[in-house]
Amino acid sequence: MHRIAHAISALPDNPALSARIAINGVAAICDPLGGLYLPDLDILVVSDLHLEKGSAFARRGMMLPPYDTLATLRILEAVIARHDPKTVISLGDNFHDRVGSALMPDQFRGMIETMARGREWIWINGNHDPDGTVGLPGTSADELRYAGLIFRHEPAKDATAGEIAGHLHPAATVTRREKRVRRACFATDSRRLIMPAFGVTTGGLDLRHKAMHGLFDRTSLVAHMLGRDRIYSVRFSNLLG
Amino acid sequence: MNQIDSATRPEMSLLLPPPFLRWFAEKGWQPRAHQLELLSRVQGGESMLLIAPTGAGKTLAGFLPSLVSLTERGKIPPGSAFTGIHTLYISPLKALAVDIERNLMKPVGDMGLPIRIENRTGDTPASKRQRQKINPPDILLTTPEQVALLLANGEAERFFKDLKYVVLDELHSLVTSKRGHLLSLGLARLRRLAPRMQAIGLSATVAAPMDLQRWLAPQREGENHHAGLITVTGGAKPNISILSTEERVPWAGHSANYAIGDIYRAIGETKTTLLFVNTRSQAERVFQELWTINDDNLPIALHHGSLDVGQRRKVEAAMAENRLRAVVATSTLDLGIDWGDVDMVIHVGAPKGASRLAQRIGRANHRMDEPSRAILVPANRFEVMECQAALDANYLGAQDTPPVGKGALDVLAQHVLGMACAEPFDPLELYAEITSASPYAALPWETFERIIDFVATGGYALRSYERYAKIRKTPEGRWRVSNPQIAQQYRLNIGTIIESPMLNVRLVKHNARGSLGRGGMVLGKVEEYFIEMLSPGDTFLFSGKVLRFEGIRESECLVSQGYKLDPKVPSYNGGKFPLSTYLAQQVRKMLADPARHKALPDQVRDWLSLQADLSMLPKEDELLIETFPRGSRHYMVIYAFEGRLAHQTLGMLLTRRLDRAGLKPLGFVATDYSLAIWGLEDLGVAFRNGRPRLSDLFDEDMLGDDLEAWLNESFLLKRTFRNCAVIAGLIDQRHPGKEKSGRQVTVSADLIYDVLRSHEPDHILLEATRNDASTGLLEIERLGDMLARIKGHITHRPLDRISPLAVPVMLEIGKESVNGDAQDFLLAEAADELFEDVTGEHHL
Repeated sequence: MHRIAHAISALPDNPALSARIAINGVAAICDPLGGLYLPDLDILVVSDLHLEKGSAFARRGMMLPPYDTLATLRILEAVIARHDPKTVISLGDNFHDRVGSALMPDQFRGMIETMARGREWIWINGNHDPDGTVGLPGTSADELRYAGLIFRHEPAKDATAGEIAGHLHPAATVTRREKRVRRACFATDSRRLIMPAFGVTTGGLDLRHKAMHGLFDRTSLVAHMLGRDRIYSVRFSNLLG
Repeated sequence: MNQIDSATRPEMSLLLPPPFLRWFAEKGWQPRAHQLELLSRVQGGESMLLIAPTGAGKTLAGFLPSLVSLTERGKIPPGSAFTGIHTLYISPLKALAVDIERNLMKPVGDMGLPIRIENRTGDTPASKRQRQKINPPDILLTTPEQVALLLANGEAERFFKDLKYVVLDELHSLVTSKRGHLLSLGLARLRRLAPRMQAIGLSATVAAPMDLQRWLAPQREGENHHAGLITVTGGAKPNISILSTEERVPWAGHSANYAIGDIYRAIGETKTTLLFVNTRSQAERVFQELWTINDDNLPIALHHGSLDVGQRRKVEAAMAENRLRAVVATSTLDLGIDWGDVDMVIHVGAPKGASRLAQRIGRANHRMDEPSRAILVPANRFEVMECQAALDANYLGAQDTPPVGKGALDVLAQHVLGMACAEPFDPLELYAEITSASPYAALPWETFERIIDFVATGGYALRSYERYAKIRKTPEGRWRVSNPQIAQQYRLNIGTIIESPMLNVRLVKHNARGSLGRGGMVLGKVEEYFIEMLSPGDTFLFSGKVLRFEGIRESECLVSQGYKLDPKVPSYNGGKFPLSTYLAQQVRKMLADPARHKALPDQVRDWLSLQADLSMLPKEDELLIETFPRGSRHYMVIYAFEGRLAHQTLGMLLTRRLDRAGLKPLGFVATDYSLAIWGLEDLGVAFRNGRPRLSDLFDEDMLGDDLEAWLNESFLLKRTFRNCAVIAGLIDQRHPGKEKSGRQVTVSADLIYDVLRSHEPDHILLEATRNDASTGLLEIERLGDMLARIKGHITHRPLDRISPLAVPVMLEIGKESVNGDAQDFLLAEAADELFEDVTGEHHL
């Protein structure tokens, strides 16, 4: 069963095995659907939704299935329903390209409006969609600082404590007995955290990739991997077995 | 060359123009009867199929009609109106097209014929290709991909309008693949551009020549059109034997290490030996073992598809100059070229198919009138029977080449876009043209419409891409490409061969400080999936060396010289063939008939009679199932004889069913001959009590819901989907300006598959994917035939201990776990247990 199917069964009171962690001292819960919930602040963070990726490709002549937005939003609905947060922060690359939000079909716009009702919604701008969103609830920003945390799309090289970022689509590979399993993950060394990509057609980048170098203190780095219906937390040093 | 009787001579002088007669006379040769018959029937207007063994002068036969026709036409005077190409020669290999040019230029030069011959492959410089369009040669030698490219061009009509002959070489190897499907559609288009064009197919012996004859001719519903047939039977019967050895033939395995000494002696006794093996890893291993005992320093070389091209060319050149005593090689197709004088073929491992054996033996001795010599070296005891069956089949002339098969839908989608790139098409006309190609003769109109819809906008039920359509309907009802970039993109992505992502293997040295140096020789390429299972320090065999894996740098796999004799990771499963249905049936027959055991070596005969005493030998149509305990586990062994792929599928489905019956199966392993499943519950007792009944367990309904459920989770289907998506043009392999790495395609295709499957499970590309998987990787049809055959013929033999016949498959347990193609079931299982021992804090 993959994440799309799991989201359908993820009812609000359906218990899921999450991981309870802290970033720069702020409590957080890694949800296996790919969202990070900050209970003390009542904020839900998601990242790299890459909405309208299918149609972005279709505009360039590759007719990818037009169902990715729907599938991603369904999972978003499920994770919002589970935590019912006061605030939702989407950490950039919310849309796959600049025109995505303007050209999005009304059906999907409606789904987002329903989800945003009664909540504060913040769109952080990403490199794919630097100009903000068009015709959607919420406010756009390049960066947000709040309660000792910094929310931005691209992780800064000079690691600031309390940074929560996206952009890199971290994934981890566990190796045991000559077999490998690779999953998207929340990557954190307790000082900062990089979110897994939330969109259903987004790929992953391995934690060992050179783009990840220098971002974390590897001795305390933990990959909280998205399993079918739970989070599997593995220390970076234990990934190879 | 053969003498032909004088009765044919007057005919010959009528058929052949004077320069040809002079040339034959000067050489002291006579044209062969089949060459003249082909010429005369082609001149009479027929399309023809020539089936002949290697060395029968097939190539000259195929070109004779063109050479004669062009000689009679004479040189086109300068300043004449544009003349398109006269003859198109299509070969499955670039190298073969180049080789043929050389071979053909010789007689043409000798006779002073006014004929221009050129080749056009992916390696031909753009300037030459451009010139060929403006000033086409008389004979163009090329590959199927280039034909598709030429046809998708606006100038195709002009270029091909004068086409008289299409010569298709090695047709048997082309028609069964997706390349063959694409080519059949190209042929249909050529026929439209040049209605009087005739096709000439050249082929090795096949099981069903009529399939190829139809393939060469335009099909019409309710009519029977096919090319004429000329069959040249092989001169002398080959002299084949099974290696007789003093050594002990092992129960299981594929290495044939026991026979290395015998093989080495045989090489020493002949001038030049070709050693065929079934897989690249086998080739590496046999090569290494031979050199370990090569005290006489015989020049023995290695040749397989993963080696660096430069290295392969060196081996080929040395072979052509008779400088080598032996070459270890994997596939006949790697070697379509002239190989000098080969005295003997040694086949290590069972040949898996009777026709494959015949084609490989044909490599020995290009003079067709002398008998070829061949030795079969079975790697294990079951293979002894299989080799015997293949040998019998060879004397009977039995053939088991695969059927042509139904035309693939992804290929059709590619072709439809290509035709729109050439010129706006009328759907009714294009449908008539496409269904004139035999693989697509039964294509329903509705499917064709869905394909057009797919090409235009992806064919999704949610019709949101109309404004981005790649092809659009004009007011006149024709479909045309929306913009020129679409055509450019199409041209970059043409073809049906999807490369699995490959990495260069580069040999590097450790420098003084212990870190890795730069540079070093490239040894060849390996599939990324193989590298992914290696950890730094692992050793494996490649290019005849034990290599130590150091790591990956950019897109290269860095290795250093390994010194351990025993490589740690033996499995590099490139190119494994499944056992043919025909040979499987012959092995079952042999097993069931004690009289035929006499022909087998003592060791194998004793093994079978022990099996008869301790358990039983199944009858030809009987399915024997043994159950027995061993250690803390209970085993069932199923002797289905349907080949490894079909057994793997059966294993997946049976374990699902056993699991449902509460029998907790733990795993399974498949060989070409049998399947073993194990678990903690006593399967023997369960079957005896009818819980479940074996007839229910093996009911054909397993190919319904169970198959569907498993397929949907299967990694195999994702990989098949990726190939279909690239061929059909949903995903580009290459984008103008930026190369997409194979790896990126893999990642996104999997995710796209998940999205599509959960939102539009009936999408045409998923249909194409299921079609492909069920015929190719999963052998579902074969499994279905078997389940029907064994209905009411299942015999359960509960035993106290392992039986002799069960030993080979039991020895495979544990070996399979390294890597294989269809192991995602096991991987998922491992992943689950793996995550159990992962530590971390978890809270509800």
